Amino acid sequence: MTAPEPEAPTTAPSRAKDHSPWNWLLFIPIVVPLIPAFFNGDSPRVFGFPRFYWLQLAFILLGVGTTTLVYQMTKKRGGR
Amino acid sequence: MWRDHLTEIIVFSLLFLLVSVMGFVAARWRAPKDMAHLDEWGLGGRSFGGWITWFLVGGDLYTAYTFVAVPALMFGAGAAGFFAVPYTIVIYPLVFLVLVRLWSVSHRHGFVTPADFVRNRFDSPVLALLIAITGIVATMPYIALQLIGIEAVLKTMGVTGDNALARHLPIIIAFAILAAYTYQSGLRAPALIAFVKDSLIYIVILVAVIYLPYKLGGWGDIFAAADAKFDASPNPNDGILLNGNNQLQYVTLALGSALALFLYPHSITGVLASRNRDVIKRNMSALPAYSLLLGLIALLGYMAIAAGVKPLPGNSAGSVDNNTIVPLLFDQQFPDWFAGVAYAAIGIGALVPAAIMSIAAANLFTRNIYKEYLKRDASPAQEATVSKITSLVVKVGAVACIVFLDPQFSIDLQLIGGVIILQTLPAVALGLYTRWFHRTGLIVGWVAGMGLGMWMLYQVASPTRKHFGGSAFPLSEFGFDTTRTIYVGIVAVAVNLAVAALVTLALRAAKVEEGVDGTEPDDYFADEGDPRVTPGTERDADSAREPVA
Repeated sequence: MTAPEPEAPTTAPSRAKDHSPWNWLLFIPIVVPLIPAFFNGDSPRVFGFPRFYWLQLAFILLGVGTTTLVYQMTKKRGGR
Repeated sequence: MWRDHLTEIIVFSLLFLLVSVMGFVAARWRAPKDMAHLDEWGLGGRSFGGWITWFLVGGDLYTAYTFVAVPALMFGAGAAGFFAVPYTIVIYPLVFLVLVRLWSVSHRHGFVTPADFVRNRFDSPVLALLIAITGIVATMPYIALQLIGIEAVLKTMGVTGDNALARHLPIIIAFAILAAYTYQSGLRAPALIAFVKDSLIYIVILVAVIYLPYKLGGWGDIFAAADAKFDASPNPNDGILLNGNNQLQYVTLALGSALALFLYPHSITGVLASRNRDVIKRNMSALPAYSLLLGLIALLGYMAIAAGVKPLPGNSAGSVDNNTIVPLLFDQQFPDWFAGVAYAAIGIGALVPAAIMSIAAANLFTRNIYKEYLKRDASPAQEATVSKITSLVVKVGAVACIVFLDPQFSIDLQLIGGVIILQTLPAVALGLYTRWFHRTGLIVGWVAGMGLGMWMLYQVASPTRKHFGGSAFPLSEFGFDTTRTIYVGIVAVAVNLAVAALVTLALRAAKVEEGVDGTEPDDYFADEGDPRVTPGTERDADSAREPVA
């Protein structure tokens, strides 16, 4: 945030919720699927799928896991 | 001939009729107190909970065209088509971080469109107009593309005609019905239909990915067949893996498409219709189920290779229409009745996003052109009326695009659409975090990004065309000694940002007036039941509205 914070006691809890350091974790599922060195290969194969395919599909789980974790952790911080 | 596909046609028509009825009934679903209000017609009362949002946004982002075009791309080019998977992984953390803020500020101020937000944040009707026009122009061809999805199915069922009108008659009828129930029920119609659409798609794809590999000899054989096809083709950039030239293109296209997707007005409409921040955040963990589905759908392209599917001829002589491979695969491998279900899934899959897109475009017109420039004191009821009529006009335009123009034109426009919608990123997405940019800087940056993006797209050649041959721009055009390519949109938005920053610095040094920020920092965290939402109305009936300054 760049603008100065006004005095607004009623919304202070939600502010804390949005500024949680847990949010930084969300950069993992943004960055990891965009590095071809991880997935651009054939072996090992899983159920006949080359690594290119199964690993990228597995990144979906990485995304789900991270967003779920961040949601749960930030929810607690907000006290809801 | 269509007589060979009679069972498919009957199943398709029955399911199509079912959702049409649902579309009209939707007006009474979660009945609003007063439908003559843009919040009700255009955002479903901003009241959708977790499940509805999941179906609505899922049905919205994963369109029929995606389901047809992504496997077609895999069929034609191989691994490069799989960008749809990282693309739809990356988008959810981005929405989690960014669009939740847009939801909050829109909730408190009653914004309906991203341009409403920009208007208020940067105190600039001109910038808001540019954002609105960009959104409308980018959305129109996207709607037209949904028709291509339906057409691929109809073509496979043999429903064609000798002249343009006869060939397009089924689509015209389908869109007339769609237009009628969208007019009546607004966003509630696609929300309700999305339940049917997504259920059908999940069933079809689950059956397809279990049954087809079993029939075709297993996944190993499927990948081997694809590999053999690409080895035999003269194109150096296809194959079941990426090569040195297209890796950069792959990741920039995935990132750029993700950034573009959540800036599209129809995605924002879906997000703004949710009830609170938690609904959005929880959905970011649940929506990737669709990404898995899309990844499996993409692989249908390889299954079509393994099954020896030959695409139907295209509109011009000698060309082939790769978009027909998935319908053909179903026709060839499934019993008729199940192929009919699969076709209905694709056909209905076109209706949901088409409805939401036309609503989003109509809202942009109403709020940021009609209300801003034509009738400043428009009442909420008048806004709803104008939006309803505009949604009809938008659909007529989309049908006209397909009937009177070469469908390739819509595909080109959609390619351009992704690049131009990205140019709203500095104002809309970064604007949610900072007001550092000067409004004039953002306008100049937008012009620079648009200009560069258009020029780059014009320069891209493909084996069959000299210009607008794709979005993979060869870096050698910039004088680099390389054969690598990069996604046009990423370069254009980078230049957009750089120009906006430079102009901002210059204007600030010159002390040019910056306007007044209509929002406050804690607007971006407001949640359901916020005490500062414009008072006087019960939330679910008539929420979050204030007169636009």
